[in-house]
Amino acid sequence: MEWETVIGLEIHAQLATKSKIFSSASTAYGAEPNTQACAVDLGLPGVLPVLNQEVVRMAVKFGMAIDAEIAPYSVFARKNYFYPDLPKGYQISQMDHPIVGTGHLDIEVDGSNKRIGITRAHLEEDAGKSLHENFHGSTGIDLNRAGTPLLEIVSEPDMRSAQEAVAYMRKIHELVQYLEICDGNMQEGSFRCDANVSIRPKGQEALGTRAELKNINSFKFVEKAINIEVERQIDVLEGGGTVIQETRLYDADKNETRSMRSKEEANDYRYFPDPDLLPVEITNALCEQVRTELPELPSAKKLRFQDQYQQDEEISTTLTSSRQLADYYEAVVKTSECDAKLCSNWVSGTFLGALNKAGLEINESPVNYEHLAGLIKRIADQTISGKIAKQVFEELWNNDATADEIIEKQGLKQITDSKEIETLIDKIIADNPKQVEQYLSGKDKVFGFFVGQTMKASQGKASPKEVNKILENKLK
Amino acid sequence: MTLSTEQVKKIAYLARLGIDEKDVDTYARDLSNILDLMTQMSETNTDEVQPMAHPMDKKQRLRADAVLEISQRESFQSIAPQVDSGLYLVPKVLD
Amino acid sequence: MHNKTITELSKALREREFSSVELTQSYLDRIKKHNALNSFITINEEMALEGAKVADTILANTNTNLLTGIPIAQKDIFCTQGVKTSCGSKMLDNFISPYNATVVENFNNAGAVMLGKLNMDEFAMGSSNETSFYGSVQNPWNTNCVPGGSSGGSASAVAARLTPAATGTDTGGSIRQPASFCGITGLKPTYGRVSRYGMIAFASSLDQAGPMTRSAEDAALLLQTMSGFDTKDSTSLDIPVPSYSASLNNNLEGLKIGLPKEFFSEGLNNDVAQTIESAINEYRKMGAEIKEVSLPHMKLSIPVYYIIAPAECSANLSRFDGVRFGYRCSEPKDLNDLYIRSRGEAFGDEVKRRILMGTYALSAGYYDAYYIKAQKVRRLISEDFKQAFAEVDVLMGPVSPSPTFGLGEKTADPIEMYLADIYTIAVNLAGLPAISIPAGFADEKPVGLQIISNYFTESHLLNIAHKFQQTTHWHQLSPKGFE
Repeated sequence: MEWETVIGLEIHAQLATKSKIFSSASTAYGAEPNTQACAVDLGLPGVLPVLNQEVVRMAVKFGMAIDAEIAPYSVFARKNYFYPDLPKGYQISQMDHPIVGTGHLDIEVDGSNKRIGITRAHLEEDAGKSLHENFHGSTGIDLNRAGTPLLEIVSEPDMRSAQEAVAYMRKIHELVQYLEICDGNMQEGSFRCDANVSIRPKGQEALGTRAELKNINSFKFVEKAINIEVERQIDVLEGGGTVIQETRLYDADKNETRSMRSKEEANDYRYFPDPDLLPVEITNALCEQVRTELPELPSAKKLRFQDQYQQDEEISTTLTSSRQLADYYEAVVKTSECDAKLCSNWVSGTFLGALNKAGLEINESPVNYEHLAGLIKRIADQTISGKIAKQVFEELWNNDATADEIIEKQGLKQITDSKEIETLIDKIIADNPKQVEQYLSGKDKVFGFFVGQTMKASQGKASPKEVNKILENKLK
Repeated sequence: MTLSTEQVKKIAYLARLGIDEKDVDTYARDLSNILDLMTQMSETNTDEVQPMAHPMDKKQRLRADAVLEISQRESFQSIAPQVDSGLYLVPKVLD
Repeated sequence: MHNKTITELSKALREREFSSVELTQSYLDRIKKHNALNSFITINEEMALEGAKVADTILANTNTNLLTGIPIAQKDIFCTQGVKTSCGSKMLDNFISPYNATVVENFNNAGAVMLGKLNMDEFAMGSSNETSFYGSVQNPWNTNCVPGGSSGGSASAVAARLTPAATGTDTGGSIRQPASFCGITGLKPTYGRVSRYGMIAFASSLDQAGPMTRSAEDAALLLQTMSGFDTKDSTSLDIPVPSYSASLNNNLEGLKIGLPKEFFSEGLNNDVAQTIESAINEYRKMGAEIKEVSLPHMKLSIPVYYIIAPAECSANLSRFDGVRFGYRCSEPKDLNDLYIRSRGEAFGDEVKRRILMGTYALSAGYYDAYYIKAQKVRRLISEDFKQAFAEVDVLMGPVSPSPTFGLGEKTADPIEMYLADIYTIAVNLAGLPAISIPAGFADEKPVGLQIISNYFTESHLLNIAHKFQQTTHWHQLSPKGFE
């Protein structure tokens, strides 16, 4: 039988606020355990939540970016369950009136577009962390993360392959960073994903029973986990069994999913409106204000890059893959006032390569856009050759100096004076009679030898264009 | 409306509430009696009525996004049953 | 000194008739002397005397708050930094709060001196103070009788003159009913008037703190300090606080009083009914117009309340899990054992009953039938009041169908106790302010008159109560043995 895979994703994006969703404690990552858990986060008797306005703005921003309905009023509810990383015994979340309603996002897989429906996005508080090691049979609880704002983005079961799921997840990942509402750091858990996976015979409309794959925190694992889960479900069904609705954990080491029985106790979350919080009103004024702050979104930016900078699709895609990179590129073009393609060659080539090698983000780059623009300027006006430029770039990377300072200090200025180059070439021709003979007898390849020797003699500073021209004349 | 002892035990587990076996019947009886009071409500038609969660129909006030808390871990953990290295300890949690 | 009102005490402190230290000491002595009442859970002797000493130095300045140097006592539901805050429960028997409730901060800022923490029903769940882990409290008017609840310790202590005033909280009548049972004045303000921050939650959409005093005049002074907008409480309302004392003597000529007929129907004790009627007569003499009104859905307030309050409390009490504070069972064998035994061993019977009830009402399959239905009927109850206040200025009636009863008399059947809340809980469901003032006696037991007014009209309530206390002497009477 031919099976069809059906996937829906629940993505949890930590919102990049300074303070928590319901308290004024810091959300900074990596602090000493429980030093950022205030009375409210700990759920001490008598404390009360007060909502962070930035959280609301960020959710509205996201809603607008996916063309969703923004709820005019939104309600927080208590989701009741006991777990040691959940201090109050309930999580403040949203049930009946989520802040963001139905929206959608277009993804691209194998060159064709597909629209993925987004059911809703709601606000909730993150839980703390359980640490299982080193406490003599006890579990340690760190509540620093408790109360960090989360936006849970729930998709429709619109994806039909692991590949589509990953494309969608990447697209959301890119979007939340573009909107500057989430730092997207998956190692630190700022962006997490659960996948609901089911299969059905091709052509059947009714959905099969789904398994929920919990907390798969890399693009690679999402793909692997879904594929292995689909295989498992096919095996079960073709073996005459039935898939049961359950939560499963992906084990990357063994590349298998396994049932999390501990989570299977009859969950009855007893949602009800949180009486400590009032309905949140989202006014038109707020929506309008957020709309004016909305950045250009990746798809629009990509089209603009193709148009404005005459870039091909591939380079445009690379340059707009993050807002920081796109902004960096545009700043380089603007500052250098040079050819947009020369700039993109450098930004997407040498610059991005160096960043990747060093494992750095754009904002951590030792070469800022002004320095790179200064370098590109000197390539464009032929002060230095492309080869020397790479050398200068390395200096820029390691030193806090401008390209002009480096060129000046190290005497890297290109030699364009043909007299000077002629002198060098005359000497080389005189010193290498054998090679001259070879060339004249038809061995064209030897031409390269002369170019190389000339460049070497000029310590790379001779203008390659000029060298070629003069050599061609002399060797006739 | 009568609650069975089984139901009482199920609810008690949901609420992680230890109750003595000998008291289960009493709870079942008391809860059933309370539920009997509830039948009065069903006689009132509320089809057109909006549920009322708060005494006043006010809107949520929002707070500025600013960090105003400093660590009070020592004070908070001085009243905790069991801590180690700044962590609250609980019996081993198995996933 | 213990028979003086707060206004008189404040004047005496200023005129150096006695010091705050002397005053505080005399109350501490009385508390110890009448220890048998069991109205206090914690006596705060050292800190109180220290606070009084500071107050005495401040009193040398001219512009001090009227409460500077005045001893008060807090219901043990308010978090008090460095002082045990038990909420009447074994669960918090070891809980020294690391922070102050806003109400407590407000009293501290005013320079009031905290004598100690008052006994109460466990987590404020009860109407007789008999669910307290610290034992029942005696009613000074008849020490075989209950003081009412849940603010039973507060009412008993104020009636016995162990403190000039106390705080209470009212979720379904927990200020008004004990005030009525103990012959004192107790005011439940509009929901949102007094901050709930640091007040251990029972039912968040119903809880409201208020003053328990010997007179309306004293209640005005306390409410002045307790009230106000608090950014830490999302349900606190940003509405200016008027001067409650300024309007106490306003004329009541033409006041329209409504008597809800549902307050005077079957179940009301005859003696109580007569006492209430003669109190209303006093107002008639002052020129008030009396008319009958109706709150047709009021009878449903019992089922509505006993869905909503337990539902909210079932979640509010989940944080008591033996992990970060409070009671933890010994040697839990696993996580569930930790939860189940810690909660099972430290919560009392009534608290358990309500957690079970609330858990049930919110559970899958019952939510709409119980919780949503109750919220809808809650709106109908609230609308009834709106209609009534279109016709009249205030509503009057009894606080409780009968006066205080014998200790242990009603503990067997929780439902019987619930039913007696019929006149008080509708006010909480609607979020309205209401006051109980001493109106006489039934069978030698105090009876309170309940006055309910529209949102944020506490000054009117206090005015109406004060005028009554200008022409009657009920509030001045002391129980025998406590003069």
